[in-house]
Amino acid sequence: MSASERLRVMFGAAPQKPQRITPAAQQVHQLKRMTKADFAALKQHAHDHKLVNHRWRNRRWAVLVVVNLLFTFSFWLDIQMLEGSLTASRFVGFHLIDLNSALQVMLAHRHVIVNLFIGTATVFVLWVVLGGRSFCSWVCPYHLVAEWFEWLHLKLVAKKLVSDHEFHRGARSIFWLAFTLLALLSGYTVFETISPTGILSRALIYGPSLALAWVLLLLVFEVLYSRRAWCRYVCPIGLTYGMVGAISPLRVEYRLEHCFHEGDCRKVCLVPHVLDVVIKGRAADLRTPIGPDCTRCGLCVDVCPSGALVFDVKGLNRLL
Amino acid sequence: MSGKTGEERPAAIQQPPADAALPAAAGSRRPKAPVRRQSSRRRFLRSAFLVGGVLGLAMLGYVPVAGARRTRLRPPGALEESDFLASCIKCGQCVQVCPVAAIRLDDIDSGFGIGVPWIDARAQACDFSCDAVQCVLACPTGSLTYRKPASLATRPGMPLARAPLLKAKEKDAEPTLNLPERMGIARLARPDSCLAVLGKGFRGQARGADFRGRLRYVERDRWRPVAVRDHPYERDPCNLCVSECPIGDAITMQVRVAADGSRQYRPQPLEQCVGCGVCEMICPVDPAAIVIDARQPWAS
Repeated sequence: MSASERLRVMFGAAPQKPQRITPAAQQVHQLKRMTKADFAALKQHAHDHKLVNHRWRNRRWAVLVVVNLLFTFSFWLDIQMLEGSLTASRFVGFHLIDLNSALQVMLAHRHVIVNLFIGTATVFVLWVVLGGRSFCSWVCPYHLVAEWFEWLHLKLVAKKLVSDHEFHRGARSIFWLAFTLLALLSGYTVFETISPTGILSRALIYGPSLALAWVLLLLVFEVLYSRRAWCRYVCPIGLTYGMVGAISPLRVEYRLEHCFHEGDCRKVCLVPHVLDVVIKGRAADLRTPIGPDCTRCGLCVDVCPSGALVFDVKGLNRLL
Repeated sequence: MSGKTGEERPAAIQQPPADAALPAAAGSRRPKAPVRRQSSRRRFLRSAFLVGGVLGLAMLGYVPVAGARRTRLRPPGALEESDFLASCIKCGQCVQVCPVAAIRLDDIDSGFGIGVPWIDARAQACDFSCDAVQCVLACPTGSLTYRKPASLATRPGMPLARAPLLKAKEKDAEPTLNLPERMGIARLARPDSCLAVLGKGFRGQARGADFRGRLRYVERDRWRPVAVRDHPYERDPCNLCVSECPIGDAITMQVRVAADGSRQYRPQPLEQCVGCGVCEMICPVDPAAIVIDARQPWAS
């Protein structure tokens, strides 16, 4: 999949089969087709050795909780490490401003002061380095809560009490455009009114609010009707950071020769369209970077029993 | 699922799990292509409802703003209301630096005003204990600002004639506050209940034993604000709104000698009033006799 194709998929297009497959990849595809029994044995081996773990999930949850508590305790205990909330803050004095909130304010107000620019630029560089949508899975408090409620949703699905209703992923691109235009035309930061990220972050720092009822409503919707609906189909913050992640060197990489095509990675993934490449015969090359919509959450890395998905820094192989 | 024949089932299972989760078309007796077409049409309709629904709910945030049910007292240095709502990034850094915790954030019932700071002066007024208007310093977007860009609106009567004198800093080299515009203006709204107008004195805790508000009493502690309940008063006649006002020349007690020789008192806000709300907070009668008209200009 080319870089532009990966971008198209992020904005809502369905992943396509590759036009051209490298000879090396073709050879592996061929090999896999011919030795089904052997692969079944290897697959069994991987399962017998319990190579699935929760390492990256645990690290990620720890980071997410620590970052959000740092906000909370900076205020409560007045330690002044990370003052403000997720929309805008100061880390030991340096301005940090959430990219989507900055976009909303800049378009609604149309006057950018120096601190706003500095904070936005800093955060932009930060997430270019750290992987763009890694903001979602490593920092956003709604992501964590939604992850817990997703577990409940999956339990209910397994019991056939509810089913997942998919939406068109292009809806998120429409939302992004709509909220951008609304900010520009109305002069209000319309998205902030319903942003569960901002609401939860403020509630964690400044105490509970009525707005938490809206967040709860979203969670109930996700449990009963559509899996991870907000993050998958609505949240413009995710798309903003996804665009940043398109130029990030930090990503998950797929290694064809290690893959048994069981599809466990796609089952745990928030954005399974980025893992279209793991379907048998889809990989165009031996190594394929996963698209910019990937939140770098590491669930697929954890769940893959054969190490076919790994964190990778472009140009710095084998660092992680 | 009705309408799903035995032939279609395996086909559906071979699909990626994403598509398998789609509900089968109800009542369809045709081959699979129309089923798939129908399910994708349903997905499209669902998505259209999602877009319309979420955008509609978000736009509901305009209702409280347009209705202007209440004009909020905003922190010092706030831009005009519509500029303020547009530029505030809802981070609460102003809340964090306020030494008397006067600033609170609005909730979702304020619509687009969610997360935007305001001051409930009766509960805790801004008494400028910070000396430097810290909230303005903390604001990352210029919603609270020392100097407003010329392109932004300013109503007549909002700019102060001169930099307000902070009584607590009277002896400092620079005794004024960097605050070019007022937050609002004090008004004796209920003269009938004003103790001074009634010629009465006041003894005790200004707002009772349960009141949690704080105020800086320079003679007691230059830097740390003290709970109002720990600072009882004894005044005759009552003049708390005048004596506790943190700003110089912002309010005065008018005295009129009546024909029978008795004195009549009346607190009178002056043009230097910045609208901080200390008079409203400290007023011992309930509801307060003197109140702040939030974001109102000086007019007289």
